[in-house]
Amino acid sequence: MSLIEIKNLHVNIEGKQILKGLNLAINPGEVHSIMGPNGSGKSTLAQVIAGNTAFEVTEGDVLLEGESLLGLSADERAVKGVFMAFQYPVEIPGVSNMIFLKAAVNAVRAARGLEELDAMDFLALVKQKITLVEMDEGLLKRSVNEGFSGGEKKRNEVFQLALLEPRFAVLDETDSGLDIDALRIVAAGVNAMRAKDRGFLVITHYQRLLNYIVPDFVHVLVDGRIVESGDKSLALHLEDKGYADWLQTEPQPASAR
Amino acid sequence: MGDTKELETARTLEAIASEKYKYGFVTDIEAESVPPGLSEDVIRLISAKKGEPDWLLEWRLKAYRHWLTMTEPTWAFIHYPPIDYQQIVYYSAPKKKGDGPKSLEEVDPQLLETYAKLGIPLNEQKALAGVAVDAVFDSVSVATTFRETLAKEGIVFCSFSEAVKTHPELVRKYLGSVVPYSDNYFATLNSAVFSDGSFCYIPKGIRCPMELSTYFRINAAQTGQFERTLIVADEGATVSYLEGCTAPMRDENQLHAAVVELVAMDNATIKYSTIQNWYPGDEEGKGGIYNFVTKRGKCAGHHSHISWTQVETGSAITWKYPSCILLGDHSVGEFYSVAMVNHFQQADTGTKMIHIGKDTSSTIVSKGISAGRGQNSYRGQVKILPGADHARNFTQCDSLLIGDKCGAHTFPYIEVKNPTAHMEHEATTSKVGEDQLFYLNQRGIDDENALSMIVNGFCKQVFRELPMEFAVEATKLLSISLEGSVG
Amino acid sequence: MTDVIDIQDTYAESFARLSARRGRSGPAWVQALREAGLEHFRRVGFPTLRDEDWRFTNVKPIAQTPFVLPEPPAGKLGADALQPLLIAGLQPAARLVFVDGCYSTELSDTSALPVGVSVQSVAQALDADPATIQSHMGLAAEAESDPFIALNAAFLEDGAFVRFADNTTLKRPIVLLSVATRRAQAAMTHPRNLIVVGRSCEATVIEHYASAGGEVYLTNAVTELVVGDNSTVHHYVLELESEQAFNLQTLKIRQGRDTTVNSHTALLGGAIVRNNVHPIMDGENGHCLLNGLYVPRGRQHMDSFMFVEHARPHCDSRQFYKGILADRAGAVFSGRIKVHPGAQKTDAKQTNQNLLLSGEATVDTKPQLEIYADDVKCTHGATVGELDEQAMYYLQARGISADAARAMLTYAFAAESLERMNVPAIGELVGRELLSRLPRGRLLAHLLESV
Repeated sequence: MSLIEIKNLHVNIEGKQILKGLNLAINPGEVHSIMGPNGSGKSTLAQVIAGNTAFEVTEGDVLLEGESLLGLSADERAVKGVFMAFQYPVEIPGVSNMIFLKAAVNAVRAARGLEELDAMDFLALVKQKITLVEMDEGLLKRSVNEGFSGGEKKRNEVFQLALLEPRFAVLDETDSGLDIDALRIVAAGVNAMRAKDRGFLVITHYQRLLNYIVPDFVHVLVDGRIVESGDKSLALHLEDKGYADWLQTEPQPASAR
Repeated sequence: MGDTKELETARTLEAIASEKYKYGFVTDIEAESVPPGLSEDVIRLISAKKGEPDWLLEWRLKAYRHWLTMTEPTWAFIHYPPIDYQQIVYYSAPKKKGDGPKSLEEVDPQLLETYAKLGIPLNEQKALAGVAVDAVFDSVSVATTFRETLAKEGIVFCSFSEAVKTHPELVRKYLGSVVPYSDNYFATLNSAVFSDGSFCYIPKGIRCPMELSTYFRINAAQTGQFERTLIVADEGATVSYLEGCTAPMRDENQLHAAVVELVAMDNATIKYSTIQNWYPGDEEGKGGIYNFVTKRGKCAGHHSHISWTQVETGSAITWKYPSCILLGDHSVGEFYSVAMVNHFQQADTGTKMIHIGKDTSSTIVSKGISAGRGQNSYRGQVKILPGADHARNFTQCDSLLIGDKCGAHTFPYIEVKNPTAHMEHEATTSKVGEDQLFYLNQRGIDDENALSMIVNGFCKQVFRELPMEFAVEATKLLSISLEGSVG
Repeated sequence: MTDVIDIQDTYAESFARLSARRGRSGPAWVQALREAGLEHFRRVGFPTLRDEDWRFTNVKPIAQTPFVLPEPPAGKLGADALQPLLIAGLQPAARLVFVDGCYSTELSDTSALPVGVSVQSVAQALDADPATIQSHMGLAAEAESDPFIALNAAFLEDGAFVRFADNTTLKRPIVLLSVATRRAQAAMTHPRNLIVVGRSCEATVIEHYASAGGEVYLTNAVTELVVGDNSTVHHYVLELESEQAFNLQTLKIRQGRDTTVNSHTALLGGAIVRNNVHPIMDGENGHCLLNGLYVPRGRQHMDSFMFVEHARPHCDSRQFYKGILADRAGAVFSGRIKVHPGAQKTDAKQTNQNLLLSGEATVDTKPQLEIYADDVKCTHGATVGELDEQAMYYLQARGISADAARAMLTYAFAAESLERMNVPAIGELVGRELLSRLPRGRLLAHLLESV
């Protein structure tokens, strides 16, 4: 069974159709990448998987291990193991990163039938995972994402990915705006989390990321549908030629794998 | 450690999220009132009922005559139908047996029960340890707890009317010394008709051993409450004072026009906290208290310190600007405020920091939360006068909007007449919540926990200024007021 | 004001002479840009104190000086005269040198550039790559926005053209050095630089203004920086003109999405200095840092005029400007932030801190917020102050002389700005310059080197 399966997904926001019949299946252990021009629906796909209610699913389904996610709220999906690294991580003034992380870790643990971590164990876990993204421990004492630089916010996302150990993770433009050094660190963090029972969907605007996180499959998303799928060489083609091939002709629905 | 406490608070919030305004009951008690309307005769009557000395009556009349020449201010960002000052009852008191209670045992049990119901037990055995309470019911003070304990330190804590009798020299010296009778329309009205309130004097070098608190309750219909509070901290004295306010749910609007004066001498510290929860009106905006309050502190001595903390969740209209006059060199003024409006509530609140002395500093932290159709304005003035060398001000005002029918407005006025001033100003307006809620949800945290985390986080800087016992109370209030605004 | 009109005539004359010398060579669009610039300048003239943007800076001394354009072959500078102007400890990837506004082939070195980066003079590039120049030049810096930009356009002749192809990372900096030499008549130069950075690049460019014997002259530079998506650019202005000179420079930045621009400015020389930095964040997820330090003394006057435009959502900007003023120096800081409609989630921060080493120095600081969006975070703060008396006292109580203590605290005040500069050689150079101006500063410089 696929880890995640997206079937004929149609999504509206404020009455406008963004996704128009998207199909995608990701097996455990696989990394898929989605590229596409501005406004093609990449971020919408990520938000819908994570359960943002601002988006309306009009047709189709999203299944995690054969079970539909659509009836579940965002926190219910999260505790089932769906993780999204936000394109714009949200600042929450006054809420310390530590308390937030502890609340999140314990919510996920409770759903897995594990008992709450005590303060010592939690601290040990945090110290272990934070090295993965070379993040400054001082950031843990600050409010969630508040005053973080762009690069620090993205690292914090990957750090949370490492802490929460989800079944399936969507990375929504986690590389955008990073300089080459930060990009290497973030990519290394993600690569360390690759595992045979975990799946990734990596949404990016820039081919450069895929030199560091090498995907098993690359999909091209244009106008709400996947119009082509291939291996990582497809990304290089896109970087050179852009999306002109698909934008000029009427896109044909294509299903991924 | 603080983090765990925060989580606990978040959990209690969950439990009380479904509560409504729970102080809306009426105590059926026989009251003695003057007929509605305002005239010199009414003022003479109030003064006579209180057995006041002539100088005080003269002061009231001077204020009244001045009031007649004034017009109601219109600059605030609030809207309400004209107030008919002749329809208001200016004095109402529960009928007393004999000459008024001398001790707690003599207080009408029905009043004790009322306060118990409000969560303010007046019985000293049951009372919050470490908090002395003056309970003001409509126009009069009905009880003051822990008086003996305080008297041992030489601290005077009693009702204003009583202070006029027992400490006339102190009252006469300081009354109107910070807020003169001619100050503004509502303060002048108060000066003419004020009924009761608390008086507090902390002698030289004394650190007040317990929190002092006044609990204001409006009960009678059509009645205005015009209390007057005066706190004087003599050289080297320290006091922390808290006021709470509630009123029954009524369809008509009721006027509350209070005056608070604080005086801090050399090296004295006064910390004044308010949890204002007057009846805010219903979901359609019907009823509620009009809260027009003048609060001002004078840092008269060097190294004196006055700190205002307010959590404003109630009232249909809030108009108040707790201010500091920083006269003494090295004096410090602070203002920490959370103002929350929901449904049709309106708040225009802020502060004035007037720097006169050298090396004076002031801090302003204002947090406005608007939900429903509420309108919330921050109005603040920072004035650095020519002699105030090296004055410092830090101002932060943050607005949180929940939903798209409410409003948040910021009106800062900065006047700097001395080039050595350090001024810092921060302002944020954020539309909540949806994206913050979703972010927390996506990490597995459910709606209720997420909301209380966000609101607590937003208000943290102010809540930590409140005395411990009341910080939890404030958090609860806020979540009740926010009910139905998200989701 | 007849003198000013006369002066305007001298600009017109210079323009005519330049046009005649140039003949019909060069593209028509450049000539049109020049004519429009002159026309605009003729119409508005020099700004006065009545102009809101120039309220605190009087440019009369500039308006009343008859500057002439140096004619080629202008400005001779030997390699040995260049040596002391080079930044110690810096190993640039390329260096362009302009002497009195004219490009010097002999002193410039672009031989070590990697593939994907081209650095040449604008005059060369107009022949080699006219299309790229035409598609960017004059778009970010509009002549109408400022009389000095108009003047720069009128005399647009040469400058540096830097171009990064997509996916090019170059850690070593590119240095653009402008040198003024001693001349018989007060000279004016109007350098016009264009920096075009492609997608997913990293670039560092240093503009360095220095004097080799030049005294009274006018440098009126305009730089346009165009930053492609997902790129990071570090830009430096190191202003070390003669203290009788006039220096006006404008940096106009257009940022694409997912970009980071760090602009660092150190103002040390010049009688009247105006530093305009104007980033337009025109793509989501843009980050912009404006880090500045101005250190006027004597009667130097330094005006930093920031205009940060948030045109798209999810961008943040940081303005950190610090000033250290001695003697009767003057400084102005204007920090205007404009948040366009729809630019939600803007996070803009601005602080301006000033240290007065003398009671006669003056500072005017002016924050300005224009916000047309409702989900934003804007912060501004300004301080003007003297050295902390208690800190002075503490240091003196440990046996440190008053002068040394003053130097230490002054350096500490500047340290934050210097540390933000990610090219250490520049921070060190500015730190040395700062210390050389303070009594007992040399002692501290020695201490800093020995730890």
